[in-house]
Amino acid sequence: MSNTSKQSGSLRRYILTRIALAVPMVLILLILVFVMMRVAPGDPISASQGGKLNAAELAARRKAAGFDAPLLQQFWDYLKSVVTLNFGTTFSDRRSVREIIIENGGATLTLTAGALVFATVIGIPVGLLAGRYRDRPVDVVSRLASTVSYAAPVFVTAPLLMLAFGSTSGQASPLIQLNVPTQTHILIVDAALDGDWDAVTDILQHLLLPSVALGLLIVGVFIRMIRINLIQSLQGDYIEAARARGVRERHVVARHGFRNALVPVVTVLGLQVAMLLGGAVLTEKIFNWPGIGRQLIDYINQRDYVAVQGIVTVFALVVVVISLLIDFVNALIDPRVRY
Amino acid sequence: MATTTLPTGPIEPTVSAAASRFGGLRRIVSAIREARGVPKFMLWTGAAISALFVITAVFAPLIAPYSFDTYRSGGHNFPKQGSPDGTHWFGTTVQSLDVLSRTIYGARTALEVMVLAVIFSLILGVLLGLLAGYFGGWLDRILVLVMDALFAFPYLLLAIVAGFVFSGISGGGVVTAALSITVVYIPQYFRVVRASALSAREATFVEAARAMGAKPSVVIRKYLFGNVIQSVPVITTMNAADAIGTLAGLGFLGLGIQPTEAAEWGYDLDRAIDDVNAGMWWTCLYPGLAMVIAILGFTLLGEGLNDVLNPTMRRRRISKVLLPAHTRRRTVTAPALPDVPEGEAAK
Repeated sequence: MSNTSKQSGSLRRYILTRIALAVPMVLILLILVFVMMRVAPGDPISASQGGKLNAAELAARRKAAGFDAPLLQQFWDYLKSVVTLNFGTTFSDRRSVREIIIENGGATLTLTAGALVFATVIGIPVGLLAGRYRDRPVDVVSRLASTVSYAAPVFVTAPLLMLAFGSTSGQASPLIQLNVPTQTHILIVDAALDGDWDAVTDILQHLLLPSVALGLLIVGVFIRMIRINLIQSLQGDYIEAARARGVRERHVVARHGFRNALVPVVTVLGLQVAMLLGGAVLTEKIFNWPGIGRQLIDYINQRDYVAVQGIVTVFALVVVVISLLIDFVNALIDPRVRY
Repeated sequence: MATTTLPTGPIEPTVSAAASRFGGLRRIVSAIREARGVPKFMLWTGAAISALFVITAVFAPLIAPYSFDTYRSGGHNFPKQGSPDGTHWFGTTVQSLDVLSRTIYGARTALEVMVLAVIFSLILGVLLGLLAGYFGGWLDRILVLVMDALFAFPYLLLAIVAGFVFSGISGGGVVTAALSITVVYIPQYFRVVRASALSAREATFVEAARAMGAKPSVVIRKYLFGNVIQSVPVITTMNAADAIGTLAGLGFLGLGIQPTEAAEWGYDLDRAIDDVNAGMWWTCLYPGLAMVIAILGFTLLGEGLNDVLNPTMRRRRISKVLLPAHTRRRTVTAPALPDVPEGEAAK
């Protein structure tokens, strides 16, 4: 404890180094997105408006959107739009991608949060049980179940869930008309702030099946990670030492095993964000959930390059930022994680 | 999905001078023979399911009662959204197509795309990994940066973007779908192969070969390849499983294979969502089930292989020593202390 100041200094240095290292990563990601969107033949304007406008109008639109500029200039504009957090303006409906993110981000956030809650509530106890009773029936069953849940894509589990529980969970009923003032753009929070608890219940009802469908995608990974963590921590010398001291087996497992097995859960959570975002695109399409993913699909179908580019960029940035945050949390928890 | 399939990270490379180019694969075979318990069960169940999938795919025209785009036979049309009965065991779709036939033909499409995607990413990933690992320098640094960036991307999103771009170039076909999936998996092979190549490069036998004047191409082909190839089977099977899901994901979003070209499970599931809301279960259940079973087969195979081949996952049977348990019985026989009876120690 005497060197607290020194420790906090090294933590700050760690965070700064980590941020500095993330910059080239982000740049490469941006280049990748930009290049991928330009690999496609022709230009975005003719791709989306080809049949609708004549040649002169097309050229004018191209010029207005800056697609007649040299590639480097275009890349510079793209970078500027990212730095200003504007991410470009869509062709098809002239919205800025920032607007889309703000208006539809809340729904995606609610959905992924619901999925994470489901995965945590189911995954941690099952994973601990499986690790504790390794190779016993409970372990074999949970391993199989987690493998199946991992093998089943959202668009398989979701229809089956809808068939099984669609009528009982209130999923099929339309959302009641909401009349709440928009404050946070997260519908459920807005409703709660407004004190409209009927609306909150209704939203929760509609959230249930999509969250379970999306959560099932990652719960298998949760179970397996926690199981392996527990097995490894139960093999530690300190466990043997605790046993040798005469600590009861129950206490050894609960105090020394479980606790250490749960520390890496933060990392597991973070690693799943990329997967959740991908899965959210599918889940939102299936359940007609008004999130960013469904917007992305709509823009893909309209071949709106700017919108796709902007939304994909935002997704990529979210993943990078979250992995940064996870590293910070890890460094806070575990002093060994430092440069 | 793909990043998390290997629970303990990259496989520890075991470096040795391989007698032949595929000597490394021989070691895998012997490890499989020694498998016991749960890994053995997973390995063989997975292998059986995968074999069934491959057989179904290859002999689809012989197994399926109709072709994937047959909507009439014997002079009249199939029923529209007909429930399962004697003539259509799995029912028919909204387009009057036979669900059983489409499910069987779907296996064929999945296998084609899977094999192509695995081959593409295997070739590119192993090649780039070997080059980066062996030569190092700026080539290595740039490749690592690009691969890390690709790896950080949400994999499905990457496939979606790739599918979006490629389908704009060449339309939706089997090769296009396979290419979109390939982009996702190259970084995985690259990472593992580069790591093994890095450690193999420093091995004495490689140094000896270099000292005798072997050219880089010879060293890579004869000495590095055999060592590096051992770490590939686990990723390959895992990727095969993933590829089926990713292809269906693309198909589900309308970015995969054109529905006129082949039967594809993801496309069928997309069409089935409307049926589900109307209470029809057969159009989504059967393709979904087939897909889950196929993915499950390859996942089990891959996990079984991982358990068998990965030294950190292998359970050490003999060296495990248990301290005597705290039972009341022990307090009775306590004077005999650390002498653990045979049976208890081996538990």
